[in-house]
Amino acid sequence: MAALSEEQQLLKEQAKTWAQEEAPVAKFREMRDSGNEYGFDKATWESMREMGWAGVLVPEAFGGVEMGCLTFGVVLEELGRQLTASPLVASGLVGASALVLGGSEAQKQDWLPRIAEGSAILTLALDESPRHAPLRTALSAERAGDGFRLRGEKVHVLEGLAADALVVAARTSGSPGEAAGISLFLVEAAAAGVNRQRLATADSRGYARISFDGAEVAPEALLGELDGGATLLDAVLDRARAGLAAEMLGVAGQSFDMTLDYLKNRVQFGQVIGGFQALGHRAATLFTEMEMARSCVEAALQALDDGADDAPALCSLAKAKAGDFLHHMSNELIQIHGGIGMTDEFDAGLYLKRARALEATFGSSAFHRDRYATLLGF
Amino acid sequence: MSESKQDLEAFRAEARSWLEENFPESLAGRAGAIMRQEVIDDSESDARAWARKLGEKGWGTPTWPAEYGGGGLSQRQAQVLDQELDRIGAFNPLIRTAGMGITMVGPTILEYGTEDQKQRHIPRICRGDVFWALGYSEPNAGSDLASLQARAEDKGDHWLVNGQKTWTSGADVAQWIGVLVRTDPDAPKRDGISFLMIDMDQPGIETRPIQLIGGASPFCETFFNDARAEKNEMLGDLNAGWTVGKRLLQHERQSQTGSTSGLGGGGRRKSLKEVAKEYVGVDEAGRLADPDLRARLADHMMNARAHSLTLSRVVAEARGNAKVSAAASILKNAASKVAQNRAELVLEITGHQGLGWEGDGFSDYELEAVRGWLTGKAMSIYGGSFEIQNNIIAKNILGLPENTQRG
Repeated sequence: MAALSEEQQLLKEQAKTWAQEEAPVAKFREMRDSGNEYGFDKATWESMREMGWAGVLVPEAFGGVEMGCLTFGVVLEELGRQLTASPLVASGLVGASALVLGGSEAQKQDWLPRIAEGSAILTLALDESPRHAPLRTALSAERAGDGFRLRGEKVHVLEGLAADALVVAARTSGSPGEAAGISLFLVEAAAAGVNRQRLATADSRGYARISFDGAEVAPEALLGELDGGATLLDAVLDRARAGLAAEMLGVAGQSFDMTLDYLKNRVQFGQVIGGFQALGHRAATLFTEMEMARSCVEAALQALDDGADDAPALCSLAKAKAGDFLHHMSNELIQIHGGIGMTDEFDAGLYLKRARALEATFGSSAFHRDRYATLLGF
Repeated sequence: MSESKQDLEAFRAEARSWLEENFPESLAGRAGAIMRQEVIDDSESDARAWARKLGEKGWGTPTWPAEYGGGGLSQRQAQVLDQELDRIGAFNPLIRTAGMGITMVGPTILEYGTEDQKQRHIPRICRGDVFWALGYSEPNAGSDLASLQARAEDKGDHWLVNGQKTWTSGADVAQWIGVLVRTDPDAPKRDGISFLMIDMDQPGIETRPIQLIGGASPFCETFFNDARAEKNEMLGDLNAGWTVGKRLLQHERQSQTGSTSGLGGGGRRKSLKEVAKEYVGVDEAGRLADPDLRARLADHMMNARAHSLTLSRVVAEARGNAKVSAAASILKNAASKVAQNRAELVLEITGHQGLGWEGDGFSDYELEAVRGWLTGKAMSIYGGSFEIQNNIIAKNILGLPENTQRG
């Protein structure tokens, strides 16, 4: 079970300092107010690229540092604390994992070095309905000559507008709801027949709706096995879920710190309100939930690094427990701050909006409870 | 503290062969309720023999110093020993037959006791020769323990003790009792308390068992009428009992951080999901037929896993240097919540069959479940209630102002 190594502790401090200085929540607010259509600040991303984090999961042979999921999680948590918006999750975590786990040698050569240094952005285009449901993939990939022709639409694609390439889940056989018949394709975002539209969300991060109107892809675009993409997709999603859970832990952790600070400083009825038992107990409950969630997140990331058999169950556990805690915490953040929490000028609203976006991404807590039960055989 | 894997494996081999030689197979997997009875009541039983062997080896108190009769093992060796016990369905009966001796009194004596007290008390606990009770709560001093009224007067060569204690576990079978008493009635309430260790074999002490909702009587009322305590049996300094007593409670919490079974620990339990499948049935895809119950069962199993992962994380972060920590309050609350939720789920799953009290109309599992459900309600009350733990978390971990100090 995880206790962070010295190296990981060091990286944590480094990420914390970087986020506080280079990408504090005020920067995110500035980006939001600027109407930036990509949903992240280019200069912040440039600075992040210099930190080398986009290559944490990429093997050294392809220009990365291959330090593992737990290490990546440590960084994501610190970025989550400041609501830092960047393509790091979409590209460095999800995109990189898809290539590392399922890419051909040529695909890896082509993309991984660019992903590792952050000069190219790769993202996963998966969901087609409002709720995460990988097996319901319906976007069709029909044979067209040697290659395939894609028709259909993907929604809520993370950093979809900024991406240089997309990992697209498509159906090559079978019908929606079945695992067999799903295939993954690596598609250039600028290819003919790929049309992108920005989605302006409450969270102000970069989401897009992407339609594939007969976009043609070469046979080499197939990522992993034909019709057998569901297994690879699941493995990629588990990394995404555990990494996202770490980010959620950061968002919730900062929300907790803000709340605790308020409890210690706000005076009413002649005393700091944290001295009221009704509030002290709520803080204690939240703290307990936070500790439980942390254990789940670290265990999931560690299990991925170890290639443990129960990694899928632990990833669902982490996403659900981090999600439940973040949900509770973000509501308490507003409630305990009272009126000030309702103002846009104060940051609480930004945390609340990010919370719900992350909860819905790659499966809600309900999705993961269902998956957990299935994995455990009931 | 750093030991190589090799050293640990060597220890594992040693433990394994000693257990094979000494653990009676007749006891395998039978850790449950029979244990205490057989060990204490039947001197000819295998259970008593096993308890004696384990005690002589010091492995009933594996991490205690060998010079006082403990096992002298490191935390990690003790974990290995636990695994080896578990592997063959063996168990440590002394944890129960010592009463509060191993989980609470012993560690506190080792920390605060004089050399003389350690030499007199610790080896007896290690050997399993003594059952310790604890007198903390009183009828009017529960969560507000510091308002306790039992008192001890200095009679020159001894202390004269008068008062009433309640919820004293096992006082009816105990030989010794640790008691919090008021030694300075004029001091502010936390400053006039001392911790006395008292031999229960005297006419001034009477006990009366209290029957609980689960049917059993694990607790007593204990009356002190001009009872006598020796001068050398004060643990810690005069009027410093609150500090000693609080420390002891931390040890208690520590010992309550792990058990989420609520069924008295030990033995092999049926897995909850199998029980659910049996009573509720499954659909064609193998999912529990009741989707609402299925979601709540998944949530419960997630919470149970989160708790056990937290337990491991606390140990890992302490890097083998396990000590009583603030995390104990978090773990205790999480453990009691998980255990109580489990018991409620078992009841819901088994329906009316889960509400049997006795007789042939119900299986052993069902009867055990209902008793465990009732008994388990105590988990969030004893050792500092759920609410008291939250006070501790708020004050000691989060640094929020004290909210229970009114005079």
